[in-house]
Amino acid sequence: MADIAFLLLIFFLVTTQIATNKGLTLLLPPKQEDDEPIEIKQQQRNIFKIQVNSEDKLLVEDEPLNDVSLIREMVYDFVLNFGAPGDVKKGKADVSDRETYNSLPASMKAYIANNLGSSESSDGPSGAIVSVKADRGSSYELYIAILDELNAAYNRIYGERVGISDEDFRKLNRNDPREKAMYDKARSGIPKAISIAEPTKVGG
Amino acid sequence: MSKFKKKSESSQDIPTAALPDIIFMLLFFFMVTTVLRETTMKVEQDIPRAEQLVKLEKKKLVSYLYVGPPKEKSLGSEPLIQVNDVFIAVDGVIQWVNQEKDMLSEVERDQITISMKVDDDTKMGIIVDIQTELRNANARKIMYAAPTKAKDN
Repeated sequence: MADIAFLLLIFFLVTTQIATNKGLTLLLPPKQEDDEPIEIKQQQRNIFKIQVNSEDKLLVEDEPLNDVSLIREMVYDFVLNFGAPGDVKKGKADVSDRETYNSLPASMKAYIANNLGSSESSDGPSGAIVSVKADRGSSYELYIAILDELNAAYNRIYGERVGISDEDFRKLNRNDPREKAMYDKARSGIPKAISIAEPTKVGG
Repeated sequence: MSKFKKKSESSQDIPTAALPDIIFMLLFFFMVTTVLRETTMKVEQDIPRAEQLVKLEKKKLVSYLYVGPPKEKSLGSEPLIQVNDVFIAVDGVIQWVNQEKDMLSEVERDQITISMKVDDDTKMGIIVDIQTELRNANARKIMYAAPTKAKDN
């Protein structure tokens, strides 16, 4: 009997899941000041637009899209486009797009040289912004699906840059100095610029 | 006298052989029935799954906000916001954030993370309203809590 009891005890110990803090993180923009100009002109080609209407229909780069999972590839190509990489040093890490490009591994450079570099898409990762505009009547479920795809695209870029899979990149422990260095190296020059735009009030 | 003595001769020990089993049974009963959650959910929580999840390290800095249609049907079917054990309106979010911030030490206040647990029947309207309030309350780090999606392949 005691053996059975122990067996049960171990079974429950193994199968029980304690709720963990897992989810998709997002940093909201700072509070809007009234006197601050809200509109900052960005080149259209540097913005990847995703719009969702109240019927949960997607409009990606002004074209209808039925399959959310296609966004991953599109954003990957968009961020790494390097259409016109500048030499201006930008952002926290203070690296220019050209330096970012030079720091990429050879396989990624080859991919960019062969398939990307279009003048229609983003100039470089430091200026590339992904904008999500969801209608008030669109569903949260789809919103999460889109955010998931966007994070997948960025994690893939970061992971590939330091030679690990996107899953391993996600699991990097930032308290460990070695893994933190890897994390910083992957992210320098390629900010995760996901912008959640104010939604429209009327459904389409 | 002899009559009484005869009676007391019967054994009065309680058999203790089955005691460990009883204790184990009790242990299992409580293990199975205990729910590790301090708040009672008053809103539906059918959270959409996602793949690219990040784990939050500091549990102390996380405050939870639940959104979903109320379980109590008399309250209607529109999604409501629940914090701790009560419903709050959208304009009460700032006050709640400030209360949560007061519980943290001064250096950690800016690092507060709001974990939003949102039911999948919710529309984006209320989410956007909450986010606007969170921006006003200067709690900019948010997390959409989500369970892991099972892989297709």
